[in-house]
Amino acid sequence: MPKAIVLEKYCKSCRLCVDICPMKIMSITEKTNERGYFVATCIDQDKCTGCTLCATVCPDVAIEVYK
Amino acid sequence: MKKVFERTKGLSDAHFTFCPGCTHGTIMRLIAEVMDELNIIEDTIGVSPVGCAGFCQDFFTCDFVGAAHGRAQAVGTGIKRSLPDKMVFTYQGDGDIAAIGTQHAIHCAARGEKITSIMVNNAIYGMTGGQMAPTTLEGMKTTTSPYGRDPISVGMPMDFPKIIANIPGAVYVASVSVDSPKNINKAKKAIKKAFQVQQAGLGFALVSVLSTCPTNWGLSPVDSLKWLRENMLPIYELGELKETEEVKSL
Ligand SMILES: Cc1ncc(C[n+]2csc(CCOP(=O)(O)OP(=O)(O)O)c2C)c(N)n1
Ligand code: SF4
Ligand code: SF4
Ligand code: SF4
Ligand SMILES: [Mg+2]
Repeated sequence: MPKAIVLEKYCKSCRLCVDICPMKIMSITEKTNERGYFVATCIDQDKCTGCTLCATVCPDVAIEVYK
Repeated sequence: MKKVFERTKGLSDAHFTFCPGCTHGTIMRLIAEVMDELNIIEDTIGVSPVGCAGFCQDFFTCDFVGAAHGRAQAVGTGIKRSLPDKMVFTYQGDGDIAAIGTQHAIHCAARGEKITSIMVNNAIYGMTGGQMAPTTLEGMKTTTSPYGRDPISVGMPMDFPKIIANIPGAVYVASVSVDSPKNINKAKKAIKKAFQVQQAGLGFALVSVLSTCPTNWGLSPVDSLKWLRENMLPIYELGELKETEEVKSL
């Protein structure tokens, strides 16, 4: 099963991944990282197609994708 | 299951110091991936500018030298001429390369210096708080053009890669953008070619990248990409603006 993993320490809560994901499964959570940003996460890994669009647009290189 | 997208080994473990959503980070990733793909990380010396990218030596795993504002290409010239086997690239903002560093950019191209320059055009002086740059769009509000850039008083925005493309020593000049996945992938191809031009010793290569500055544009990161698309793309033509026959046959 494809999946998108957010490397939380790099995330800056910019929402670019949330906006681009065609499956609308990236979301900003209530959880903060060590620098105080609310981190993004994939809320429904089962729907992930492994398209890598989220990782491509993430300016902080905070997403790794498996397929 | 295979990792199909991972942090490249061209990047260090450090987090970028840019504001949330700033596409300086995207451009740095592309450069780091290109260095990795060409297997030149160990052989590359980058030159960092003054501007928001001034800390970029911390983000890459290749070597780096820091230059004074606008002088990255002069420093890069010295490095390349004393260590011709090294790959040398400069990473510079629009203010750095197209305002204070203009004379270096033009003469670096004129000499056909065998280095690669990456220009990051966010139409503003980001680091110092959002002043007008030569690249600021007509009517665009900045801290030093609060009523919008007035061409009658300060002229029209300068399309810097087109100026460099007119210089014989510049053998490859590309204008790209990182506003969408498609354009990000095209930007990577242009950056890769600009490094390959240097590997082949053909002359000076410049890639200008349209980039966002959400903080000083006063927009969210998502809206900044939209603003870039709607306002910068019509002004700054994308594409390979110049490619000599030698470069084409690479
Ligand atoms: C000699 C000198 N003049 C002026 C400055 C102030 N200064 C620092 S960064 C900068 C502009 C940076 O703009 P740009 O190159 O577009 O980079 P950005 O931050 O937008 O990426 C200026 C004018 C300086 N540090 N040194
Ligand atoms: S890989 Fe594609 S489908 Fe999966 S989370 Fe990222 S953008 Fe969405
Ligand atoms: S694009 Fe990257 S930094 Fe921005 S919210 Fe998504 S994971 Fe975080
Ligand atoms: S000030 Fe602008 S260019 Fe500088 S890091 Fe912030 S968003 Fe990026
Ligand atoms: Mg700038």
